[in-house]
Amino acid sequence: MPAAKAIRGIGHRTINAVWRIGMATRFFFLILAYSGSSFRRFHLIIKELFSTGVMSLIIIVVAGLFVGMVLGLQGYETLKRYGSESALGVMVALGLVRELGPVVAALLFASRAGSAMTAEIGLMKATEQLSAMEMMAVHPIARIVAPRFWAGIISMPLLAALFSAVGVFGGYFVGVVQIGVDEGSFWAQMQAAVDFEHDILNGVIKSFVFGTAVTVIALFEGYDAPPTAEGVSGATTRTVVTSSLAILMLDFILTAMMFGGS
Amino acid sequence: MERTGIDLWVGMFVVAGVAALVMLAMKVGNLGTYNVSDAYKIHAYFTNVGGLKATASIKSAGVLVGRVESITLDTQRYEAKVVMSIDKRYQFSRDTISKIQTSGLLGEQYVGLDAGGDAEMLKDGDQLKKTQSAMVLEDLIGKFLYSKAEEPAK
Repeated sequence: MPAAKAIRGIGHRTINAVWRIGMATRFFFLILAYSGSSFRRFHLIIKELFSTGVMSLIIIVVAGLFVGMVLGLQGYETLKRYGSESALGVMVALGLVRELGPVVAALLFASRAGSAMTAEIGLMKATEQLSAMEMMAVHPIARIVAPRFWAGIISMPLLAALFSAVGVFGGYFVGVVQIGVDEGSFWAQMQAAVDFEHDILNGVIKSFVFGTAVTVIALFEGYDAPPTAEGVSGATTRTVVTSSLAILMLDFILTAMMFGGS
Repeated sequence: MERTGIDLWVGMFVVAGVAALVMLAMKVGNLGTYNVSDAYKIHAYFTNVGGLKATASIKSAGVLVGRVESITLDTQRYEAKVVMSIDKRYQFSRDTISKIQTSGLLGEQYVGLDAGGDAEMLKDGDQLKKTQSAMVLEDLIGKFLYSKAEEPAK
């Protein structure tokens, strides 16, 4: 019967999705459980910090600069209509620190570092390096996965802060240097409007949450990938898609919790 | 790459990230501009605070001297009680007048302090007796319309 078959298909997909979420959650706790040994061998985390954090620097800095410059240009065009160009600094800084810094940096991080993590671990699994480690009584989660997880969590807030800081200077460059908004009111209004706890610290919390989500998704997809060339490529694609959607959805929830209502 | 090279790059990355965070806090945020740790508290009653909010600035002669700590309705007097924390460096006489003012025509509202001539200074927990409430634009327009209507027709 075609109707029963369709319903069975829906059921199969639902069970599959729930099963994967459950596996990912168990995987997350497994990483936390094996993290102790990776902190004792801190050079592994430093090595991963280099490949996730340092190698993402260029794309983050360049993207931050251009996003800030576009914000300055567009913000000026709109604020000019109301004669409040002096509020340009406020707009650029709040937009970057609250939203664009954490979100865009996390999206770039997911496609730059997350996809690389998935591909690396997926290929390790396909070439049976992970099984070989288990044979040598080295737990692959402690040796391979946990250092990458902590490197992602440490580097994400730093990258988001760099993105916002560079973006503010991009906005400054376009607004003050190019267009000629008054420099004093640009900085003074910004400082009066941006609160350290409410805006900057909440932005850091956001990027921390995004970093956790992206690294867990990337590592799980890699660890769970079918050990074939096709499987690894599919897992890499899924990492970028799933973590981008997760970032945007988490961002809405966090924004509603932090800035909604007041 | 060699281990020391990686260490150097990661160290530079962490330092740059922390520096960006400090720069955001100091240059972009309000942490560098005003420190509330060394402050004393005073309060005042206003019949209408308008759009004044907690953390709004308190200025005297245009200089930032403190922040609004809290705004509550006192149900004994049915007036708004505004608690302000003022920087210890700035002392005000007891007959200081506090007004709720607006920066620009439609800008943010703040508390303005006009120093008086009393020799005694305000202490922690004191009350400002002389206050002037917020100027509400709708009331002003209403008054203007009524006064126009009362004028004899020419």
